Amino acid sequence: MNRTTPDQNLSILNVSGQPDLTRRGVLKAGAGLTLAVVAAPVLTACGDKGPVAGGPLAPNAFVRIGADNVVTVISRNSEIGQGVFTGLATIVAEELDADWKQVVVEAAPADPVRYGNPAFGPLQGTGGSNSIASAWDPLRQAGATARAMLVAAAAEQWGLPAAEITVSQGVVSHKAKGKSAKFGDLVGRAAKLPVPKDAPLKKADDYLLIGKPRARVDAVAKSTGTATYTQDIKLPDMQVAVVVAPPRFGATVKSFDGAAAKAMPGVAAVVQFKHGVREGVAVLAKDYWSAKQARDAVKVEWDESKAYTKSSAQMFAEYKALAAKPGVEAKKTGDVSKAGAVRYIEADYEFPYLAHSAMEPMNCVAQITADGCELWSGSQIQTFDQQYTAALLGIKPEQVKVNTLFAGGSFGRRANPRADYVQEAVAIAKAWGTGKPVKLVWSREDDTHGGMYRPAFYHSVKAGLDAKGKLVSWQHRVVGQSILDGTPLMPPIPVDPLSVEGVANLPYDVPNLLVEAHSPKSEVTVQWWRSVGSTHTAYATEAFLDEVARATKQDPVELRRSLLIQHRHHLEALTLAAEKARWGSPMAKGKARGVAVHESFGTVVAQVVEVAQVAPGKFKVERVVCGVHCGVALNPNIIAMQVESSIGLGLGAIAQGAITLKDGRVEQSNFHDYQVLRMNQMPAVEVYIVPSTEKPTGIGEPGLPPIGPAVAAAIAQLTGKPLRTLPFSREGISLV
Amino acid sequence: MTTLDVNGKQLETDASPDTPLLWVLRDHLNLTGTKFGCGMAQCGACTVHIDGQATRSCVLPLSAVAGKKITTIENVGADPVGKAIQDAWIAENVAQCGYCQSGQIMSATALLAKNKAPTDADIDAAMTGNICRCATYVRIRSAIKRAAAALA
Repeated sequence: MNRTTPDQNLSILNVSGQPDLTRRGVLKAGAGLTLAVVAAPVLTACGDKGPVAGGPLAPNAFVRIGADNVVTVISRNSEIGQGVFTGLATIVAEELDADWKQVVVEAAPADPVRYGNPAFGPLQGTGGSNSIASAWDPLRQAGATARAMLVAAAAEQWGLPAAEITVSQGVVSHKAKGKSAKFGDLVGRAAKLPVPKDAPLKKADDYLLIGKPRARVDAVAKSTGTATYTQDIKLPDMQVAVVVAPPRFGATVKSFDGAAAKAMPGVAAVVQFKHGVREGVAVLAKDYWSAKQARDAVKVEWDESKAYTKSSAQMFAEYKALAAKPGVEAKKTGDVSKAGAVRYIEADYEFPYLAHSAMEPMNCVAQITADGCELWSGSQIQTFDQQYTAALLGIKPEQVKVNTLFAGGSFGRRANPRADYVQEAVAIAKAWGTGKPVKLVWSREDDTHGGMYRPAFYHSVKAGLDAKGKLVSWQHRVVGQSILDGTPLMPPIPVDPLSVEGVANLPYDVPNLLVEAHSPKSEVTVQWWRSVGSTHTAYATEAFLDEVARATKQDPVELRRSLLIQHRHHLEALTLAAEKARWGSPMAKGKARGVAVHESFGTVVAQVVEVAQVAPGKFKVERVVCGVHCGVALNPNIIAMQVESSIGLGLGAIAQGAITLKDGRVEQSNFHDYQVLRMNQMPAVEVYIVPSTEKPTGIGEPGLPPIGPAVAAAIAQLTGKPLRTLPFSREGISLV
Repeated sequence: MTTLDVNGKQLETDASPDTPLLWVLRDHLNLTGTKFGCGMAQCGACTVHIDGQATRSCVLPLSAVAGKKITTIENVGADPVGKAIQDAWIAENVAQCGYCQSGQIMSATALLAKNKAPTDADIDAAMTGNICRCATYVRIRSAIKRAAAALA
C-alpha cells in the first residue's frame, strides 16, 4: 500500500499482518500506528487525570489516530491519478478539525464488507466517477465521530463539560481553563469510549478545508520518483514474467518450444498459462531484459480456428448494415413515426476501438502461498481480483490478499470486470508452481495488443423538424459490443445500459425519442474507457445537434438553451461557459468557436472551444473554456486538474486515436502508431465551477465527453464540413 | 562487471553490455524512479541525464554509458535547477498518476539548464517527446515557467 503525507517524502509499501523485514519500506511502514505507544507521563493539574496509554483510536473503517498524533485516512478507493486520496483525506480532516499536516492516507485492504463501494453493491472498486459522491456522507460522519470521541476523552480527562471543549487544527482545548491536548494524547482514553452514532456534522459555512484549492497529498512522492507502483515491486526470489501473447483474439496454444529460451541467461522457466480471458506462454527470468530477450526466442504454434480474423473495414460495414435495421429498444418517448415532421436531418457516426494506453503498462505481482495468494497491483476492483484469483486457484476470495498500489494511469483499464492481467499473473505463478513471487510485466506492445478496448461503435441518427423548424423527433441507433455482457455486472435487461448512456437520457426537450441498440458479439475484448458510453454518445448527440443548428441557421448555444428549459444544471454550466468565453463576440479570421454540453456521472460539463486553422487540414485548439456543475466543489484545484486531464485524453482520441485490425491482428503496437496527445497539441484550459451546495458528484470523467463534439463544431464552422468519422485523422484533419 | 557513474557514485553491475540502461538502473541498481513506458524512445518516461543531456535510457545499451556521468530522478534535486523544477512541480500540482513525471522532470531540468527563459515554443520542442496520459501538460508548462522565474 502507498501511504502519503503532504510533508514527508513517503511512499511506503505497508506490509500489514506478518511483518517481513526483507520487504522494502517495512521499516518506514508506520508500525507506530498499530502498536500501542505509551505517552510520556506528564504532571497534571488538580482534577486533570492525565492521558492514558493505548490507542489507536479507530472508531470506524476510515480513520485511525495513533498515539504518535498521526491521523491515517484509509481509502477504499484506488489512487489512479484522480486525486481521490486527497479528496477523502480532506473530507475526514474537515470534520475531525485535524491539522492537515498530521494527515496521511493509506489504501484499504481488500474487504468488500468494510470497503465496498455503495454504488456497486458489496464490491470494492473505484470507478464511475463516484468515489467522492459515495464518500461524502460516510466520511464526514467518520471524521465527526472521531472528533466527538476525542472531545469526550478530553472532557473525561480534564473533568470539564464536553460542550465547552473546542477542536481546531489538531488541538483539543478548553479555553477558559487553559487546557489543551493533541489528538495523540487523547487516543488512549478515547479508544475506550463508546462510539457515538450521531456525531454532529459541520455547517458548510464553517468549512476550512472543503472548497479550498488544496495541494495533493501525493505531490511530493510523485515529483521525486519515490512513489511506489506495481512496476517497482521487488520481492525476494521474485521472477519477472514476460508473455508470448496470442496473435489474434481467441487464439489458443497448440504447442510451444521453449528450449532455446530456457537455455538463455537468467531464465528460470518457460510455462504455458491459461485463465478466464486468454492463454499463452510466459518466460520467467531474474529481470525484465533477460525475460524479454528469452521471450523472443520462444516458438509457439497457435490454433486460430476460433480466432477473430476480420478487418476493421469489414466490421464497420457489418455495423452499418445493422444500423439500417431496427434494434432492441433502449428508450422510447412518444412515437417518432407520428411526430408531424416535415423535414429530416440524418447523419451516421463511426467510432474506432480505443486503447487506454496508461503510461504504466499492465502488470501485477502474484505470490501463491500456503495460506492462499497475495497480490500487489494498482487494481481498481479488488473484489473481482480476489474472486477470479480464488476461482483459478480453488481457494476462497478472502484467502487472496490484495496490496493496492498507486496505478500509473488507468482511464478504466485497471477496473477490469474480468481481472485479465491479474488472472494472468496468478495463472503464470500457478503454472510455475514454486510458490515464489511472479511479477508479470507487459511490454507496451503487449499492452496495446491486449484488448479491453473502448468498443468500436456506429451511430445512425435521424431528427425530424416540424414546419417551424422545431425538433419534434429524434431516432438514434447505436451499434457496438456490450461491455457488461459476460461479466458479473450485466443487469437482467435487454440492452447494456453502458452502450446507450448519454443518449437514452438525452436531456433535450424533444417530444418523440427512440433509442435502439444492436450489440454484436466479438472475440475482441472490450471494456470501459474514461467516461464509458459518453465517449461516443456525447459526440453523436452533440455533433448532431450542431448539424441541426447549422441546417436550421440557429445559434448552437441558443438552440441548446431553448431545449434545456427543464435542466437547470445543464443551463447553468452552459451559460457559465458561454459567458466566460464571450460566446458571440467576434473571432479573428480563420478562427471559430464550438460548443458542447453533456452530463455524465451526475455532473454536467459545458465546453466552448476556440480553434484556429493554421494550414489546409491543420487546426490548433487554442483554448477550452469549461462550465462545470458538480455540486459542492470539494477541491477546486483537483476539479480543474481532472477537467484538464479529461480534455487532453479526449482530444488525443478524437484527433488521432484508433485501434484497427487487419485480418484480426491489431495494427498498432506502440506510441509511434497509436498516437496520443502531446504537449504541443494541448490547449489552454479554463475551468469555472457553478457555485452549489448540492452533494458532490463525479469529476474524474465528465470533462471528457464534450471536447470532441465542441472541437468538431468549431472545425465545421471553418470548413463547412461536419466530421462524422473518428478519429479526425481519417477525415484528413490533424490537430497541431 | 561494468562500473557506472550514477548520481555521483561509482556503481558496479554484472548486467550484460546490451542491457538498456533503464533496466540496469531499475532491476540491477534498484533505482526505480526512472520508469518504463514504451521501450522504444517514444514516450520519455525513462529520461535520464547523460553528461547533462536528457536521454532516453530504454534504448541506450549499458556499453554506451560507461565513463559517462548519469543522473536520475533520485538525485536531480541535488542540482539547483533540478530542485527548482521539483519545487515548481509540487507548487503547480503537476502530477496526477505521476508515472511519467520522473521523465518530465528530467527533460524540463535539461531544458532550463540550457535555456534560462524558455518560450512556449521552446517548451514544446523540449517536452513534446514526453507523453503524459493524464495530460498534465498545462501544468508542466506553468511549472517550467515558475522554475525559470525562481532561478532568475
